[in-house]
Amino acid sequence: MPTVLEHLNSALHHAMATDPRVYVLGEDLLDPYGGAFKVTRGLSTAFPERVLTTPISEAAIVGAANGMALRGLRPVAEIMFGDFVTLTADQLINHAAKFRWMYNDQVRVPLVVRTPMGGRRGYGPTHSQSLEKLFLGVPGLRVVAPNTLDDPGALLEAAIADDDPVLFVEHKLLYTRPLLVPGQGELADFEIRRLPGTYPAAVLRAAGSDRPGLTIACYGYNFELARKTALDLLYEREIFAEIVLFAQLSPFELDPLFDSLTRTHRLLTVEEGSRTLGWGAELAARAAETGIPGLKVRRVAALDLPIANSKALEDAILPTQAAVTQAALEVLAP
Amino acid sequence: MRIGTQSCRPVSCGIALGYNRHAMTDDYSLYAMMLLIRRFEERLLEEFSTGKLVGTTHAYIGQEADAAGIFPALDPEDVVFSNHRCHGHFLAYGGEPYRLAAELMGKSTGLVGGRGGSQHIHWRNFYSNGVQGGIVPVAAGMALAEKARRTGRIVVVFVGDGTLGEGALYESLNLASLWKLPLLVVVENNRYAQTTPIELGVSGTIPGRFAAFGIPACELETTDVLEVRRAAAESVARVREGAGPAGLILHTYRFSAHSKGDDVRDPDEIARARARDPLTVHAPRLDAARRERAESNVRAQIDDAFARADADPFPGL
Repeated sequence: MPTVLEHLNSALHHAMATDPRVYVLGEDLLDPYGGAFKVTRGLSTAFPERVLTTPISEAAIVGAANGMALRGLRPVAEIMFGDFVTLTADQLINHAAKFRWMYNDQVRVPLVVRTPMGGRRGYGPTHSQSLEKLFLGVPGLRVVAPNTLDDPGALLEAAIADDDPVLFVEHKLLYTRPLLVPGQGELADFEIRRLPGTYPAAVLRAAGSDRPGLTIACYGYNFELARKTALDLLYEREIFAEIVLFAQLSPFELDPLFDSLTRTHRLLTVEEGSRTLGWGAELAARAAETGIPGLKVRRVAALDLPIANSKALEDAILPTQAAVTQAALEVLAP
Repeated sequence: MRIGTQSCRPVSCGIALGYNRHAMTDDYSLYAMMLLIRRFEERLLEEFSTGKLVGTTHAYIGQEADAAGIFPALDPEDVVFSNHRCHGHFLAYGGEPYRLAAELMGKSTGLVGGRGGSQHIHWRNFYSNGVQGGIVPVAAGMALAEKARRTGRIVVVFVGDGTLGEGALYESLNLASLWKLPLLVVVENNRYAQTTPIELGVSGTIPGRFAAFGIPACELETTDVLEVRRAAAESVARVREGAGPAGLILHTYRFSAHSKGDDVRDPDEIARARARDPLTVHAPRLDAARRERAESNVRAQIDDAFARADADPFPGL
């Protein structure tokens, strides 16, 4: 199976080939380098006029993409490391996300900002973060993250076709992973229900259970951890978990989660960003507001610390497989 | 005070404008436009005391020659990105005073249905936003889009001396020059960033900022609308030729406070600037009867705009 990176790369090639309004801009995109993580490899050779390599100017990259989107193009901006999205915050929050509403729906901003997030590669405090939580809940801005279940390329093409701005968050560790195949390998023991939507959520249930005991909510790379925990619980304790896997993080559309919680009453959220005021906090708050009786919640997230360079420290700061399983057992405890 | 050393004066006036805004280029029209902006802004400041306006506004009073001189040089389809002090630009663009008044009153008939207010308006190819600096990369991207789509349009972005402190501006000048974008950057130096005088906010020179990126810039110290118009025509023509971006630096002065009540400037300094009032400078080119005609036309237009806007309903979500 092709990897997540290959899917994303193919999607960009396809989008550029089929829509002359699609432009790609960012730092170091030109072949033979083809971008720091190679997601844009080959594009500048195939579409030299529509691939713009830029100076190190994140605000201007996203700002220019904003202007391009306002005036009829469909730009895809790459921010080399997700840590640098802080430099684009004014453009995303005060410009891209506001224009449509602020101008009374008279304009559209079909902008995609792609960026790799996440740690576990020893890049240290400013090249390892998962900062997407800072952009969740910004009115007018969609935040989307691919995973290994649904075609990341289709997700990216949906973002490019979207008339509103999308922050597209790619976890670095997913790039080299192949897409999973339902019914095979790691998915052999899951029943999968894909929900409708442009950025579809999915519900994975450990096969053979009509009484799941736990809901694990996750997105992106943390689907990898959630899946293994679900299988551990199944094989070692005969506990059936449901995984609710989100592709769209914001706006929060949580009906599949609430639906699962009416069966399990136990919520475990897993994210790689720091814990305080994170994605899981919003899920927990909204779940609590539904009034599901006896709801118990645990959040797994990074410690509220910068991400260290040393692997020993990084492992202590970011959520580990063991931490996810441990938290699952805690929330399952009577 | 003179900031830089370069100047585009004297500029040749041999450029055929050839656009629909010919109608705005005679002495009467230029005067009437400056007067419309002046009286509109004065009316706005008055209306705050009547409670019909809430929030804030940034009056263009004193800078009218800039807008009135620049817009006749543009094609009607050109794209404009303005800033917090955008009313003068909008009116000179040809925007309706009534729709602007309605927006400022928060009415559903306003330019953006009351969602934007004074600093956040959009109509046709005119846009404004209230965050300093961030509009410049957006304008550069717009210029890229117009170039890519071969529309022949140029993009004009308005900034002030205060915006020269924003880093995004310099990233954008760099991009615009590298990519030869059809972008005209107009710096209206009114000498104060809110209350901070330029001596405390801007090092070096303004032309030097453009020169650093290889962008030709024209600098003008005047409140004469005819001089602004000539320089603007030359700058616009240069950008439209396709050689890349250009700068137009207009040293000016605002007679009013930055917004409403935040003026700490020396009254003598303001009085000296008022001696070069763009209306007073241009007025002798019209006889008294035509000046009075402009005054009564503008008054009627503004009375009508505010009366209609006042009667309009407020929006709902």
